[in-house]
Amino acid sequence: MNLQVFLLLAAALFAVGLYGALSQQSIVMVMMGLELMINGILVAGAAFWFHIAPGTADGQVLVLVAVTVMALEMAMGFAVVTALFRSRDVDVTDEAGDLRG
Amino acid sequence: MQTVVFWVLAVAAVGFGVAVFVVDSMARATFALLASFLCVGGELLLLDLNYLGVLVVLMMIMEMLVMAVFMIMYMMNPGGLMPMTMVHNRRAALTISIAVFAAMAAGVLLTPWPHRRGAVPHDPAFSLGEAIMGPKMLVMMVIGIAILATMIGSVVLATDRGRYDRPPGRDGGAA
Amino acid sequence: MSDGAPVGAAVALPLVLAGLAYSAAVMDAAFRTGDGPAAPLRESVLLLLRQRRRTLASDVPLVRIGVISLPVAALLAAAVIPLDGGPGGSRVWNLPVSVVWFNAMEVVAWASLWLAGWGANSAFPLVGGYRFLAQGLAYELPHMFALITASLGAGSLDFGAIAAAQDEVWFAVWMPVAFAVYLLSALAMAFWGPMEHPVADDLGGGAAAELSGPDRLLFFAGRLALVAVAAAAAVPLFLGGGAGPWLPGWAWTLIKTVAVLALLVWLRGRWPVIRMDRFMTAAWAVLIPAALLQALVVGVVVLD
Repeated sequence: MNLQVFLLLAAALFAVGLYGALSQQSIVMVMMGLELMINGILVAGAAFWFHIAPGTADGQVLVLVAVTVMALEMAMGFAVVTALFRSRDVDVTDEAGDLRG
Repeated sequence: MQTVVFWVLAVAAVGFGVAVFVVDSMARATFALLASFLCVGGELLLLDLNYLGVLVVLMMIMEMLVMAVFMIMYMMNPGGLMPMTMVHNRRAALTISIAVFAAMAAGVLLTPWPHRRGAVPHDPAFSLGEAIMGPKMLVMMVIGIAILATMIGSVVLATDRGRYDRPPGRDGGAA
Repeated sequence: MSDGAPVGAAVALPLVLAGLAYSAAVMDAAFRTGDGPAAPLRESVLLLLRQRRRTLASDVPLVRIGVISLPVAALLAAAVIPLDGGPGGSRVWNLPVSVVWFNAMEVVAWASLWLAGWGANSAFPLVGGYRFLAQGLAYELPHMFALITASLGAGSLDFGAIAAAQDEVWFAVWMPVAFAVYLLSALAMAFWGPMEHPVADDLGGGAAAELSGPDRLLFFAGRLALVAVAAAAAVPLFLGGGAGPWLPGWAWTLIKTVAVLALLVWLRGRWPVIRMDRFMTAAWAVLIPAALLQALVVGVVVLD
């Protein structure tokens, strides 16, 4: 396997996640889409590390950051959903449109 | 052998990813996402990233189980007993994501990628540890502070009671 | 990935694990009811022959995945534990970060219980599944700190290297807090003894309430295998691996494993079941600070 196939896999995961994040109404499902997009980034970061510059650890650090971002995104996302749900019984993005500002 | 494993895991990762948005049951969607992550963990193992691959497996199992709780809390029809779709802008979303994939695939295939520099270290986990404790220390510190900020922020956002308000019947709560 | 996995070990491992799990069942029966060594076998055969009970609108694939993943996870966790306790000793999968892998495979039990509880479409199992998630959030952090402390003492995430680092003094001796936390969280991760709140009697069997026939057998065999794996991992982590006089390494590993296993099984009959919200408070207020202090002490000693 060369770099290209790994990046294609990453792109496919990213695109699937993007579809979910754009099309789903439920905030929870939107977050699953975001997680899938970051999943693609994991693959891309690891593939770049292995195939371009395995001598330095930069690619690994990137993967580590992406994993952390995933966890933080989920924690923050659920906190916001909980706050939103508690204040107005809403868990769907379309009904929280007035938060734009 | 490695090629076969790669393709099996790759197809499974994307397939489970698609399944997340296709299945009706929220529990199944969560575990399809988990399966996709596990496949990606396997791909990382293929790239000699033992530590990060196993870390992804470990973290994602825990994360998806926590996700399952919220999933069930906030979704209508979590069991998928009736079919449902909760989407908006389906066509536009599909178009955009296909276009993005096409653009990225073209970029992947057309870019003249540089040649490999350096060799895979004997113990990648060790070099990662050295990097984040040495030249990349700033990254580690920022991650640490970001995690702390997220912990405080999410608790503040999510809770509706203060330090000494316990629900009735619990230890220290009202009778 | 795996370089030259010894075939013999791969064949022997499931048998050894099954043997340990069965001996745990025998000891449990002996300690609690005084039944003979054939009692677990009788019960298994009964369960095998019994017909499956179905609940209405249950999610059968999810239940199956949950039930099967429990013994599979135990087996996969056992694959990285050195059988003869030496560095680079014979084990099925020679993974350099075996401690992390072991931890990841234990966490699979979270998914197993939740899936088995959710899929049955019944209230008590669902409550049991959620209880285990809460318990998991309570035990996992102290558990990780205990594993990290042992790794810190040896400077390696590999079971073999950790066992080899205990030539002079066992880690159980100079990191007793980490060892105690490990044993406690081993009980919790296998929802065994005082930590069996997720499958407790007050819920009519909790997450396993609706499991019947072969499913039930597999589920509880998987739980015993988890207990056995937790005991087996304690040996290279804290008890010096296969080190010992006269006998070869594998014999010492086996003796120590059975000893830890007997302790865990004996505890089951001695302690009452702890409610998981109380355990949560205790874990975050006592166990995590204690484990962190232990890690600090070990870190200072190692630096020195």
